[in-house]
Amino acid sequence: MNHVRLDGQQLALMHGLPMQTTRTRCWWLVACLAAATAACSGGEAQRGPTAGTSGSSAVIRITGSDTMVNLVQAWAENYGKKRPDVSVQVAGGGSGVGIAGLIDGILDLAAASREMEPQEIERAEQKNGQKPKEFDVALDALSVYVHKANPLDAISIPEIAEIYGENGTIEKWSQLGVANTACPSDKIVRVGRQNSSGTYVYFREAVLGAKREYRLGSIDQSGSKDVVALVGSTPCAIGYSGMAYATPAVKELQVSKAKGVPGVRPTKETAMNRTYPLARALYLYSPGEPKPHVKEFLDWVLSAEGQGIVTSIGFVPVHEPTS
Amino acid sequence: MGATRRSSRISEDLIEWAIRLCGWSAIFFVFSILFFVFREAAPAFTSGLSLREFFTSVNWRPDSTIKKQFGIVALLAGTVSVTVLSMAIAVPSGLGAAIFVSEYCSGKVREALKIVIELLAAIPSVVWGFIGAVVMNPIITDITGAPVGINVLNGGLILALMSVPIIMSVGEDAFRAVPDTYREAAVALGASRWQIVYKVLLPAAKSGLLAAVLLGVGRAVGETMAVLMATGHAVAIPHSVLDPARTLTATIAAELGETVEGGLHYRVLFAIGCLLMLITLAVNLTADLVVKGIRGREHL
Repeated sequence: MNHVRLDGQQLALMHGLPMQTTRTRCWWLVACLAAATAACSGGEAQRGPTAGTSGSSAVIRITGSDTMVNLVQAWAENYGKKRPDVSVQVAGGGSGVGIAGLIDGILDLAAASREMEPQEIERAEQKNGQKPKEFDVALDALSVYVHKANPLDAISIPEIAEIYGENGTIEKWSQLGVANTACPSDKIVRVGRQNSSGTYVYFREAVLGAKREYRLGSIDQSGSKDVVALVGSTPCAIGYSGMAYATPAVKELQVSKAKGVPGVRPTKETAMNRTYPLARALYLYSPGEPKPHVKEFLDWVLSAEGQGIVTSIGFVPVHEPTS
Repeated sequence: MGATRRSSRISEDLIEWAIRLCGWSAIFFVFSILFFVFREAAPAFTSGLSLREFFTSVNWRPDSTIKKQFGIVALLAGTVSVTVLSMAIAVPSGLGAAIFVSEYCSGKVREALKIVIELLAAIPSVVWGFIGAVVMNPIITDITGAPVGINVLNGGLILALMSVPIIMSVGEDAFRAVPDTYREAAVALGASRWQIVYKVLLPAAKSGLLAAVLLGVGRAVGETMAVLMATGHAVAIPHSVLDPARTLTATIAAELGETVEGGLHYRVLFAIGCLLMLITLAVNLTADLVVKGIRGREHL
């Protein structure tokens, strides 16, 4: 885009201004070029060392799920205190970003809030010569959020599917049997996640099934927190996000598998015994058999200490901590 | 004496070569970027993307596990609607500000105004996006009663605020470039201030003003971060300014990270990049031709 602006700048100066500004124009050009070159080389420099350290034993690079980024960050900080010789580098971006990085071979671990698809595993195998290995590291319940002023308390999976699914029939709050007075237009504003998100993929599979697409036109946010923030400021909105992201501005709905069945509130207990319909596992993937220092990290993540951090962040441990 | 003359001669040659290199490298960069983007995009059209679907379908489902669809009509509609709305706001107010600063203010007031308005241009676009998503969102829902405040109107307003300083400062330069003898002649004929602006300055500065407007359009079409955050990022053709939308640039920004290098989705995003470049190229070219046309007639 810089170049577009540069063209315009030249255009303006060439056509709009008298001759005495020609010298200024030259300097502009030089300055812009210098900036552009600096930006390019900066990008290269950033990429260089990351690629170079892939063989080093002291670094563990983890990228992926935005849902898990706080959790993985907390693991990294606590592990750094225990093992100062190992540095754990964490980045978000979405499960898709992590898995793409795993396939491209630039990560030690990919964080994902969904399972890798068969074709992704196949591509990783082709590219890296080994099969990615999956580790269940935590559980999460996906909450369905509405604005706190919304009188709705419970919703069923088929109703959510009619709201979010293609050719869905539910577009107004009154169709769910509530008078959402804070929302004068009565229109349901669907808030969702961008398609790089594992939450987006998991929600589609869990709610719409393998055969149905999302209805286009939902407001797609880039982060778990953004969804909750937007729902909290929009009385007409409904959204889905991890239960760890609940705030006082929103209400978590009880969810039931079918209409007429009592709804289940998303909690640690209902996620662990899987009575809450939107509970899912969170994963770390390694490109193949993990290297020794990565394996140590994974063992620690699954230890009582690592799983205690899972609880403190607001997710659910994969097993009750045995103390 | 001879030695100093020779060394100054050498340094002059050096500078001349350095400047020549700068000029040619600009051309080199532009063509390498064009080449790179087209090279990355081209295989999309030989490996499964139909041009017809690309330009006529509203369904953008690049990641679907059922049937991948790459229709950009909704995204194009988003880009066009946000750009048109922002220009409808920014062009009159930007040119109005330029007229005011250059013809109606004097001395300190002018300097102060210019500095403050140009400060607007220094605000990073992600901050504008943040303002759109957090500050303007509730204001728009309160005032208009729209179900959600991140929509075309929000994005258009943010983009307008971002374009005004550019349009104003380039437009002001164009007005300043009109020789004072024009103003003096008009005053001598008994013209009022507004008559001077309307009858003399606007026609005399029109090519510069057109350039100012097109710079604004270029900024609006190419802006990414602010519209990503302020328009709602929803794949749907907006039916009113209160509907959320999604732009071409925001789509590339949001999705490029998850694509696998060389995959169809990756290639299609580069094809969108090509389309954006063609759009801006067309804008610049038209501007060039229009300005040349104006010039040509003046010289007759």
